[in-house]
Amino acid sequence: MKREFIKGNEAIAKASLLAGCTHYFGYPITPSSEIIHAVANLYPKVGADFVQAESEIAAINMCYGASCAGRRVMTASSSPGISLKQEGVSYMASAELPCVIIDIMRAGPGLGNIWPEQSDYTQVVKGGGHGSYKCPVLAPNSPQEMCDFTIDAFELADKYRTPVYVLSDAYTGQVMEPVEFPSEVKKVKKNDWAIYGDKESKHNLVTSIQMNTTEMEKVNIVLDNKYKEIMEKEVRYSEYMMDDAEMVIVSYGIASRLSRSAIDELRSKGIKVGLFRPISLFPYPTKKLAALADDKVKLFVSVELSNGQMLEDVKIAVNGKKPVEYYGRMGGAIPTHDELVEVLDGFYKKHLG
Amino acid sequence: MQEVLGKPEGFVDNFVRKPGDYPKVTHYCPGCGHGRVHKLIAEAMADLEISDKTVLISPVGCTVFAYYYFDCGNIQSAHGRAPAVGTGVGRSNPGSITISYQGDGDLGAIGTAEIIHAANRGENMTVIFVNNGIYGMTGGQMAPTTLEGQVTTTTPTGRDIDEAGHPMRMSEMIATLEAPVFVERTAVTDTKNIMKTRKAIRKALKSQKDGYGFSFVEILSSCPIGWKMKPVAANQRITDEMVPYFPLKNFKDEIENRSPRPTKTVDPDPNKIIEVLGVDKDERLFKKDQSFIDNFKDQHVRIAGFGGQGVLLAGTTLGYLGMETGLNTTWLPSYGPEMRGGTANCHIVLSNKEVGSPLVEKASTLIAMNQPSLNEFGVTVKPGGLIVINSSTVEGKYTERDDVTCLYIPMNEIAESLGVMQAANMAALTAYLAYSKAFDVDMLTSLIKANFKKKTLIEKNVAVIQKTYEYVKENYLN
Ligand SMILES: Cc1ncc(C[n+]2csc(CCOP(=O)(O)OP(=O)(O)O)c2C)c(N)n1
Ligand code: SF4
Repeated sequence: MKREFIKGNEAIAKASLLAGCTHYFGYPITPSSEIIHAVANLYPKVGADFVQAESEIAAINMCYGASCAGRRVMTASSSPGISLKQEGVSYMASAELPCVIIDIMRAGPGLGNIWPEQSDYTQVVKGGGHGSYKCPVLAPNSPQEMCDFTIDAFELADKYRTPVYVLSDAYTGQVMEPVEFPSEVKKVKKNDWAIYGDKESKHNLVTSIQMNTTEMEKVNIVLDNKYKEIMEKEVRYSEYMMDDAEMVIVSYGIASRLSRSAIDELRSKGIKVGLFRPISLFPYPTKKLAALADDKVKLFVSVELSNGQMLEDVKIAVNGKKPVEYYGRMGGAIPTHDELVEVLDGFYKKHLG
Repeated sequence: MQEVLGKPEGFVDNFVRKPGDYPKVTHYCPGCGHGRVHKLIAEAMADLEISDKTVLISPVGCTVFAYYYFDCGNIQSAHGRAPAVGTGVGRSNPGSITISYQGDGDLGAIGTAEIIHAANRGENMTVIFVNNGIYGMTGGQMAPTTLEGQVTTTTPTGRDIDEAGHPMRMSEMIATLEAPVFVERTAVTDTKNIMKTRKAIRKALKSQKDGYGFSFVEILSSCPIGWKMKPVAANQRITDEMVPYFPLKNFKDEIENRSPRPTKTVDPDPNKIIEVLGVDKDERLFKKDQSFIDNFKDQHVRIAGFGGQGVLLAGTTLGYLGMETGLNTTWLPSYGPEMRGGTANCHIVLSNKEVGSPLVEKASTLIAMNQPSLNEFGVTVKPGGLIVINSSTVEGKYTERDDVTCLYIPMNEIAESLGVMQAANMAALTAYLAYSKAFDVDMLTSLIKANFKKKTLIEKNVAVIQKTYEYVKENYLN
């Protein structure tokens, strides 16, 4: 079936094959495990390669190897596993290796629990590992977007030669919704930098070490220019009820869906409230938010399932021009609908009432 | 710096990647064993004619710059992770040769997991393990292979085995695993041992070339700088002190006893992908009925019961109905440890508008398959809402609320009477649909017919649907 009623996590596994991914390396962790289960089921059937790695560290380094060989490669995990991958991601960013990394966030810090949080924002969006690097990050809020953004992530990864994250959460991974899958497989071109284990490519080298400081600085500058280009060209966001909004909820992923429901109710009470949903978290839609702050919007509220990790980016964009509030829950707790409506109503009354 | 005499073909002509003014000499210290090992690998690559298809991985350690020298594909990787990188690159380039060149800190400390598991999977790769009993690159610290009493910068009074454990014998450990075909320890001390090393490296690489999988050569090698010794004395130390603890021998040679494994190409056929994923068909069970969609009233349904009562399946069935009729539909399960107490529940939202939160906090309908579910979720039903109660397991009436409608359906009895105990969930769904009229009960029947595989099961489920429908009509409609 082209259309399927499917879990977000399973949609990712299917989409990866449609994106031309041939290799998956991963280590199980709730609430991401449906991905590795689906991969274990599907990949061997089509002749793609799957290894259950001994750890997330091994998994990301297997990705490093497959990516060196010009393959489309993916790994998936959840928060503690992403922490473990960070060294490898830093190496890949430096060596300019494409790879898609899925993070189905759970609650932390520590072992936390398996319920949704959005507290990997900082470690995923700001670099996370050592060194001055960033990875493009796409934040889906539905199984359909899990599918679409996974495919998108592979394209971005190849285009910019960089690891790309799909940053999602326990609920978006577990929820089932109708998904329309594309019915063609992306074609993958040969890369002139990759090592195919043949005569033509044998002079290629993948490395991230430059002992000479100016040479290493050059690497950094190349990366920095790449990030600037990405910031220019790859910003994604969506808007809901924004035309006349005085109060804007800034929210991504599962939190944006909770916010959307709250907005519907607030609108029915006559409050002019809208949703601004960043889809690319790096590059963050800073310019667009800044323009909103210059325009008629009078109040911004960051709604997220963390202690305000994204709030900083909202504040940078708004730059003191308008008040910025924050509301979030942690530990896997989800604000109830009434709670969110009441809090947002409170912010509205405090600033605009 | 070490000059390479009689440079073998497996090396590049000039070390152009090496910065500085001496493109003909290596970056290794005089007397360092790495130079000798490099030369033996390069010779073997040339003689076996594999340099075009070889990928050499150098993780962190003094050999981090191995790519200055080897005339093959080169990858520099993270400390300890070369066997994982080799797993990725080897599987991506079927038929190629993968060499993981590792030091003792790299392989025996930080990368222990990666080497053991790559060996255990029998990855097609050859590991060259240079054991110099010390961390050369980072200033002569203790390695897992540092000998008892040996002074290093982190064992200033000598390695105390009570504190730091015994030196690790990696070859012996690797040889206990089933998959590796060839495991040998040699040394690069004198001509005789160098010749043995040469042979071992060749054998290991040849076995990989022939498709036998994982081979491992440990080479005792000197680090005059780390050991603070002159090259000649350092060489002597290997013989006098290391060899007694790390015996030079073959630990495993299964090449004769095994057959080569077929090369596994990884080249999925797009048509096969489309077929396996089933994304080529675009069938809709029901004709799109826009007025049905337009007139649809939002449904927020919670279904709850014991694990095994088909609670989650009832939810997804409802979800499929939503999808097939063109509605927006979400289904969110309880999961993980939540389910361990033996209860399960799920949230279903059906709407003709985009669905915000997939959570059903206030249900328009609760389907309670057992008493605990009724107790827990009965209070969450919206005033004017519906509770479908499994009267086979719930005793008496639900008196907590007088602002909701309750249907009491003997779900287990109905299902059991038709010989399908598992179909109590279908009775539940039918009762909900028949009373709420959210969907035609016929639609549920069509869906079951389309989605269930076994014919007998279809018939029985359809019978349950019919019987429940009759029950609801008789007791609650009109
Ligand atoms: C994650 C990480 N930890 C520590 C280091 C520092 N480091 C680099 S090489 C090395 C030890 C190298 O010793 P060995 O593997 O025995 O190789 P040798 O230099 O002796 O050839 C260490 C600790 C690093 N590069 N990365
Ligand atoms: S420090 Fe030791 S291992 Fe490193 S190059 Fe010098 S002698 Fe060789």
